[in-house]
Amino acid sequence: MTNTQEEKNVKDIRNSAIKEKGAEYFFLLCSLMSVGAVLLICFFIFRGAWPTIKTEGLWHFLTFDKWKPTDVPPLFGIFNMIAGSVYVTLGACVIGVPVGIFSAVYMAKYCPRKIYAVMTQFVSLLAGIPSIIYGFFGMMLIVPFIAEHMSGNGNSVLAASIVLGIMILPTVIKVSEVSIRAVPRSYFEGALALGATKEQAIFFVGIPAAKSGILAGIILGIGRAIGETMAVVMVAGNSNILPKSIFKSVRTLTANIVLEMGYASDSHYDAIVATGAVLFLFILLLNMVLNVINKNANASGGLS
Amino acid sequence: MKNTVSLILRGFVYVAMGVTSLSLFGILGYIFVNGVMAFKWSLIFGEYSSSNPAIGFSVFTTCVMIVLTLLIAAPLSIFCAVYLTEYAKRNNKLVTWIRLATETLAGIPSIVFGLFGAIFFGTVMRLGYSILTGCLTVAIMLLPVIIRQTEEAIKSVPDMYREGSYGLGASKLRTVFRIVLPSAMPGILSAVILSMGRIIGETAALIFTLGSVAQFPSSLLDSSRSLAVHMYISTRDGGSAGREVAFFTGAVLIAVILFMNIGASYLGGKVGKDFEN
Repeated sequence: MTNTQEEKNVKDIRNSAIKEKGAEYFFLLCSLMSVGAVLLICFFIFRGAWPTIKTEGLWHFLTFDKWKPTDVPPLFGIFNMIAGSVYVTLGACVIGVPVGIFSAVYMAKYCPRKIYAVMTQFVSLLAGIPSIIYGFFGMMLIVPFIAEHMSGNGNSVLAASIVLGIMILPTVIKVSEVSIRAVPRSYFEGALALGATKEQAIFFVGIPAAKSGILAGIILGIGRAIGETMAVVMVAGNSNILPKSIFKSVRTLTANIVLEMGYASDSHYDAIVATGAVLFLFILLLNMVLNVINKNANASGGLS
Repeated sequence: MKNTVSLILRGFVYVAMGVTSLSLFGILGYIFVNGVMAFKWSLIFGEYSSSNPAIGFSVFTTCVMIVLTLLIAAPLSIFCAVYLTEYAKRNNKLVTWIRLATETLAGIPSIVFGLFGAIFFGTVMRLGYSILTGCLTVAIMLLPVIIRQTEEAIKSVPDMYREGSYGLGASKLRTVFRIVLPSAMPGILSAVILSMGRIIGETAALIFTLGSVAQFPSSLLDSSRSLAVHMYISTRDGGSAGREVAFFTGAVLIAVILFMNIGASYLGGKVGKDFEN
């Protein structure tokens, strides 16, 4: 081999090493995009919220129940909306969680193998329907139904709860099903051997063993419900009051943003961003709870 | 006594699944039947006006948005998944951060993305209400969706494939692009198709980023409406003509998403199957 040939080989190897290393850093850079995005979101949302928090005071902003952005001076208090978000989310859980868990039991333990694939399709399709369609459906069918057969004009806590209850079903079902399936067969077989019926084995042995996974599913559902915007705006009525019954109109944090952001300016705009920041904090809090639950579940091998 | 409780519980199980299926079919059927009944050719090809809120411009905008958003989000997410699965060492601090970030992104409600997009892309970067602002905002929302599923797909490629490639003298980079990614392709495509569904259905994040001007966009800096936004604005402001077009738009959305779900699950079903023999 001539000298130049050798040099060329060395150069090739070095070049490819640079290429390899460069690619690795490029992939890393792409990965850091999501970290960057989260940091940017936190920064701009909380910075946008800061003027309101500074002038109104955090506690006052959270607990004051008057929202009059166009008055002079304007009044900014989001207590009613926090309560509204909590009400509809609780309502969604009351409707969606039992149906979701029982459906998950069906999927994990009762569903005939032949139709299982189809049922899984149904559940993921339910998850894929855009929220605007849920909202429109609620507005055209559920709201008139409540107005006609119950009380009020239909735009209500109840309507929002029903729509959200359906929307959280796929989340609750999927996560619960996985955790019910993760319970070892021997648990069920042990219960059956002791004379329990299939239902007793599932509900008194299987479900308690899968409870942390089911809880994780419920919390994911709560996150979806509290952050849902379009579907709620279309059925909740959106009056800024503390609803006295489930047939009364309600405004959630998300609705407050989407209804007023279009024309808000100056301090009003800041207050809208602050509403978003409060919502964001709720979600971060839920995420933390979820992490703790998942960590506990992993620590005890998925069972507790 | 024992049997009564069991029977009741069993009853609940079947009723619950019935309620779930019924909600699905109720919603799909109701929107679809009414949408088909509201169908008129002028709703697609007609000029937009308040008496005929045609969806033509909005179909165009939606297609543009799908392409542009995927062009931004798909490469980033796929490379991120490659890094996490092929390059990152276990218990690397950076990896913990990246995972925490993607999990956080997955949980953030779309309206918060909308707020952020309007502030950052719209105001700070001066893009205003435009297709570009909307695409960038939705692209961030898609990152966790595509990353997670691509990771799954890449993990399902057997190590044997990589070892074979290394054994033949291929470099790591070559192995990733010639062996790993092509083998994981059905899974990646399924992730991309599902995220197309997200783009099409997104509303809350788009109202204040894409805006809601009813027009054929002439550049990426123009505001327009995606189908979902058009559906919302028509229901809100459009009166009875708006309701009609909302039904029709809803039916179109459902048809597209049904189609995509089937495609995604067909491809998803292929993942791992090629490796069995």
